[in-house]
Amino acid sequence: MAGVLVVAETSEGKVLPVARELLGAARSLADQGAGPVFALVPGEAHAQDLIAHGADKVFVAPQALEGKMYDAWLPTVDAALEQSGADIVLIGQTASLGRDLGPALAFAHRTAVAPEVVDMRIENGRLRVTRPCYGGNARAEHTWAGQLQIATAKPKTFDALEPDASRSGEVVTLDVMGESRITVLSVEKVQAEGVRLEDADVVVSGGRGLGDPSGFQMLEELARLLRGAVGASRAACDLGWYPPSAQVGLTGKTVSPTLYIAVGISGASQHMAGMSGSKNIVAINKDPEANMVKVAKYAIIEDYRKVVPAIIEEIKKLQQAG
Amino acid sequence: MNIIVCVKQIPDPETPASSFRVDEAAKKVIPAQGIPPVVNPYDPQATEAALRLREAAGGGKITVVSLGPDSARDAIKHALAMGADEGVLLRDDAFEGIDNFQTALALAKAIEKIGEYDLILMGRAAADWDMGVVPMGVAMLLGIPCVSIAKAIEAVDGKVRVIRVLDDGFQTVEAPLPAVVSVSNEFGEPRYPQLRQIMLAAKKTVQVWSAADLGLSAEEVGEANRWLKLEALYVPKVETQVEIIEGDTPEEKARNLVQKLRADKLI
Repeated sequence: MAGVLVVAETSEGKVLPVARELLGAARSLADQGAGPVFALVPGEAHAQDLIAHGADKVFVAPQALEGKMYDAWLPTVDAALEQSGADIVLIGQTASLGRDLGPALAFAHRTAVAPEVVDMRIENGRLRVTRPCYGGNARAEHTWAGQLQIATAKPKTFDALEPDASRSGEVVTLDVMGESRITVLSVEKVQAEGVRLEDADVVVSGGRGLGDPSGFQMLEELARLLRGAVGASRAACDLGWYPPSAQVGLTGKTVSPTLYIAVGISGASQHMAGMSGSKNIVAINKDPEANMVKVAKYAIIEDYRKVVPAIIEEIKKLQQAG
Repeated sequence: MNIIVCVKQIPDPETPASSFRVDEAAKKVIPAQGIPPVVNPYDPQATEAALRLREAAGGGKITVVSLGPDSARDAIKHALAMGADEGVLLRDDAFEGIDNFQTALALAKAIEKIGEYDLILMGRAAADWDMGVVPMGVAMLLGIPCVSIAKAIEAVDGKVRVIRVLDDGFQTVEAPLPAVVSVSNEFGEPRYPQLRQIMLAAKKTVQVWSAADLGLSAEEVGEANRWLKLEALYVPKVETQVEIIEGDTPEEKARNLVQKLRADKLI
């Protein structure tokens, strides 16, 4: 096989972590016979970092490509594909680039992109991917009809390798970039108060099962203690119990915290779609048959009004004990 | 300002997980009993954006296009009841089992057939396959720019100015018209069709176009000609490994949970 090309996006002069995660995934494909691992990055300064994380060869694009829209990237990616002969392209699913570049590259090559894959493997010399669909209720496995196989993955889906400074690789300058028809007028970074829901390592979410809006005060206290953020199900937001900006789910935010504590949430696909990437789920629910209980690591079957205050007390004790 | 809005009818994403079934052999979702399909939740926001842009421009035509079975007419009717002018249903047995890439191809052909357009609006993704590739596909096939995940859209001097939702904030961009813009849930609440509007919508025309009407050959559409092959579709086994935290009192359960979480280094 001809190799895997990882498109490494940068922001404010730094390689996004998802690029290193995809290099880790690409190395695993290489171990299964996918061929060498190539990386494409704007700016020479990043080449060694990418090699240390698994690239065999790095194509260095003009630094000016950073922050440009997808159409400026297309000629650069094409040049990297031509020089490398790679038949697999991996891109981070970001709003700033990958979400657009994946399908744009696919349609330009009359091939398909599989967005937001969660698993990849080589079978009979071809890429086979798994991705969630139907709000996480189903999994689909795909292969490509066309020669070029393009996939994207959300951040934190795959694991980056430990950097190995002794790895060596080739660095090639690619002095190619396109002109975007889309002009970026301004960028506004949002600084959330406290911990941003999407970045939080701990998320405490409430649903219809809270019974009334006052339950969220309890969840806010628990989240504060754990330096986490508060989320809500669509049902709770629709009832006006919590602001829609905190809604986790298909039509809300996507979170993938280390710890997700779901209080009074049954686990409809609408909600699961926004949090199924959570590493550890704790369900607090009166109904032992709730879907959220089934997918959880730990569950407490109990009235949350009794158990959440007790959890808060236990954590306070623990924190005081240091 | 002439706007084309693409909408899709999908299985209700609020369907409880317990009612969700897949025919693994046919690689298809079995419609849940008694839960009718709905308009993709992002699409009314695309229609809302079209209505506001038409109001701001002081006129223009809004055409709604949907590819799907006969029931997809309901998704078109919903947009017509919100205030869109005309509908087109792309309906053909050859469209059964096609992928999003072929869907983009059919939509692009339909848009070329409609002819006059300044802007094409769609929801950011369809909540069934959740790929979000069709807006870009239509843009690439028509050779026009695509601006994705819009929170606000404004037309200025033959250009479209869009506030895009980024992972860590917002970005304001400008693209020449015609363009494709995909609308995100941050756009805001769409209007709810009024009874009078629903009755008016019943009188609006919905044309039906087949693959042949779009000039699509048998090789270009059909399940056998998917660009992204569907090898398997299944409901993941929930290896329920849940550990129910026991205890005689809520306090004891809380203590046991906190100890587990501490041992796992989660808190």
